[in-house]
Amino acid sequence: MSATVATAGLVTNAAGRLVPTTVNDREQTPYQGVDGHRPKGHKAAPPIRSNSDYPTNGNKRVPDLETALRLCELRDGMTISSHHHLRNGDRVALTALQTAARMGAKDLVWFPSASFPCHEPVIELMKSGAVHHIEGSMNGPLGDYCSHGDMRGLGVLRSHGGRWQAVQDGEVHIDIAVIAAPTADVFGNADGSHGKSACGSLGFALADSVYADRVIVVTDNLVSFPCVPWQIQGNNVDFVVEVDSIGDPALIVSGTTQITRSPDRLRISELVARFLRDSGIMRDRFSFQAGAGGIALAFVDYLARMMKAANVKASFVRGGSTKYLVDMLNEGLIGHILDGQTFDLDAVRSIASDPRHIATSPFTSYNFHGKGNFASMVDAAVLGATEVDINFNANVVTHSDGRLLHGIGGWQNCLFAGCTILAVPSFRDRIPVIVDEVTTMTGPGELIDVIATERGIAINPLRQDLLDAVKGKDLPIRTIEEIKAEVEKICGGKPAKPRLLEHPVAVVKWVDGTVLDTVWQVADENPFAPKVSGGE
Amino acid sequence: MPAAAETNTMRRTEAGRAGGDVRSDLHVSFEERGSDGVAIELQSRVALYYGEVIRQQVRDVLRSLGVQHALVEIVDEGALPFVIGARIEAAVRRAGLGQAKSALPEALPLPAPSARDRLRRSRLYLPGNEPKYFINAGLHAPDAIILDLEDSVHHAEKDAARLLVRNALRAVDFGAAERMVRINQLPLGLADLAEIVPQAPDLILIPKVETAGQVSDVVGAIDSSAKRVGITRPIWLMPILESALGIENAFAIATASDRIAGITIGLEDYSADLGVARTPEGAESLYARQRVVNAAHAARVQAIDSVYSDVADAEGLLRWGQASRAMGFEGMGCLHPIQIETIHRSFAPTASELEKALAIVAAYDDAQARGMGVVSLGSKMIDAPVVQRALKVVARAKQMGVATEQRAPSGEES
Repeated sequence: MSATVATAGLVTNAAGRLVPTTVNDREQTPYQGVDGHRPKGHKAAPPIRSNSDYPTNGNKRVPDLETALRLCELRDGMTISSHHHLRNGDRVALTALQTAARMGAKDLVWFPSASFPCHEPVIELMKSGAVHHIEGSMNGPLGDYCSHGDMRGLGVLRSHGGRWQAVQDGEVHIDIAVIAAPTADVFGNADGSHGKSACGSLGFALADSVYADRVIVVTDNLVSFPCVPWQIQGNNVDFVVEVDSIGDPALIVSGTTQITRSPDRLRISELVARFLRDSGIMRDRFSFQAGAGGIALAFVDYLARMMKAANVKASFVRGGSTKYLVDMLNEGLIGHILDGQTFDLDAVRSIASDPRHIATSPFTSYNFHGKGNFASMVDAAVLGATEVDINFNANVVTHSDGRLLHGIGGWQNCLFAGCTILAVPSFRDRIPVIVDEVTTMTGPGELIDVIATERGIAINPLRQDLLDAVKGKDLPIRTIEEIKAEVEKICGGKPAKPRLLEHPVAVVKWVDGTVLDTVWQVADENPFAPKVSGGE
Repeated sequence: MPAAAETNTMRRTEAGRAGGDVRSDLHVSFEERGSDGVAIELQSRVALYYGEVIRQQVRDVLRSLGVQHALVEIVDEGALPFVIGARIEAAVRRAGLGQAKSALPEALPLPAPSARDRLRRSRLYLPGNEPKYFINAGLHAPDAIILDLEDSVHHAEKDAARLLVRNALRAVDFGAAERMVRINQLPLGLADLAEIVPQAPDLILIPKVETAGQVSDVVGAIDSSAKRVGITRPIWLMPILESALGIENAFAIATASDRIAGITIGLEDYSADLGVARTPEGAESLYARQRVVNAAHAARVQAIDSVYSDVADAEGLLRWGQASRAMGFEGMGCLHPIQIETIHRSFAPTASELEKALAIVAAYDDAQARGMGVVSLGSKMIDAPVVQRALKVVARAKQMGVATEQRAPSGEES
């Protein structure tokens, strides 16, 4: 234990960050370094059930969500979980919480795999006392509510892998899991890739289905048994509820997202692709991870062209799937898509019909307390960040003003890739992205290898192999200090540090459940801060 | 109503833009006051980080412009300092103040002067009143950037754009790109030159030129301005021919001044002048473009082609650029940075062209070394003009960074 006591209830962890020793009445382990914490003991397990208590004909339908919650013996203080595959079109999570509130439940903990702007009304439930606090990503209005210290408990931000780890290790006990399912049968088998509200993978709900005391499947496409494929096994499910609509299809998946035309984003994307090519990472049978953000899409487009020119094929790609990855799969440029989240209609069609396009879960891809995971097997991961510091530490959860802005998503888990590249503009509007010290540490610099900006590419000095690999190549390789100094000159000096109060509002967990950093209450209103559209 | 006008002397003026999807710009509202110093009301996306810096800049700019008492209201969308300065100055000048004064941002060191015959394959247009495109333009490595004060700037914003472009020439690093400014037609262009010339741009594009006399007027204005501020480095000229008359007078225009580095053509205005539609094949402008090429070569200046407007069509652009090079143009304009790489590719010599040229140059060097007047390659004699052309191809390829090592004879390739 390298932690030392600083003030009552706060310790300095191995990353040098001040973190609380107790979070929501539960004792915490401060961050011990990337590999420092080795857990012992056994995994958590749900209670043993008996077939005698379930209908022998397999029909677990109940008339509505309220009945299901009553049969789940809903009580004050329970933890209710939901998944975010329906993204900003989700109607189920909010309905479940509102129904529980109407039934008189108090002090619930909401444990979503991520929240979206459509979940803003949860603020009302927190004000009324029905919901005590949220353990999961918060942004937009929910992020502001928490950032201003208005939430009763502490927010707990986890990566997708960290959420699995927390459930599996018994740090979070889910009393009732409410799983929105685009297709299901009466036994509770459920699938995400078919139905009018199809969302592709249902991976984020898998842990909930396996470890929760009670599991409710809510669907708007009840099919006759068996529902195949069954991403969620009915053997884990207590009740099935049929509703008219689980969400707004237009907001669940998007049409094809056009590749950005922003010259600066295109330049960053092209630099990342050239870096992979010229460093030799792009070679036959390699693998990579990319998301669905503006830079990531354009990067995939550039990389596909370079792979074609060099006659190189990737063995597999992990990530949020889009038309662009599906096109590569169909052209034979990649062997398999290991899909954690399905973003557009082309990708939903592909996952439903192409056996090389596979739904994965945080267990297979991300969980750190297992016997390995896919994310660390990937040769290169291209990610974003809100801030990066000169020690390559990065922030994805707060804005430079300290407000909660994004969830962690799979970001922390992807840092274990062979080469982690953060593709970021060097400044946004006038706000430098490269700073002396990140506002909130979300990832330790030792795992972050490359920062690619429009003004050049900085390689972590720990990665001498990468520095050697690109020597003599036509790439703008610079030190991170050089890029930072140039940007500060353009922006008119170092930015002032916004004031934060000595009052924690949330913590950031590392992938092993230890506490990496604290999110502090913001002191000043920032009414003109950039708007956020929400997301993980 | 003179009385009312009298009480209304505290006129409110504005400059710049904010709100909606505006980024990297700001809206300034300015009102001179009789007393009480400078009051600043600031709303800014970056207030938490640079609020104090911005307030200090407002005070500094007003002091430079001789304004002592004023109310300044700013809505800032994350504008950089050179933009903030330009917008405040525009608002102050619109109030009729600060004349014969200016608030110049700190100047970066001037890049080396540009050569008359330098590479001008790609010239990236930057709308002169949209600052968000300025700061990273040089990163995309065009051969030149054009800060445009003419067609991309609304008539009511000419004064503000002029100050913004002036500040950009001082404070923005455009990298290795040649710094060009397209001024307005005279007489409006005279006011442009008065602000721009002291910042030593590398080249001035003169729009809608129809006669040699129009070039002389611009040369006169540049000379007097440059002399006043002591600028001795060259400021090259590139007249734009955009009408039937301009095309007819192409040679006279191209030889109107020894400052002329090249002439170019504006196809939108030209086809409008003819009353015909622009087509992708460009048959309607073929003669005009050939005329420009011929006049330019006769005058020993560069012939530069127009722009290719369909930014999304990279293949069309490549074909257009290759055809343009084949006609004798040395470069063209571009509207979006994604066009730059394609344009550079289309104006590069082809591999076989370069190979041939290198062989001829090698034979020429060999003949020179042996004191022979006749150059021969194998059993073939090479004519002098062919040698000249080969030398030019190799020299240009070197400038473009294309490998010009002669390949080893076949059989010894590794």
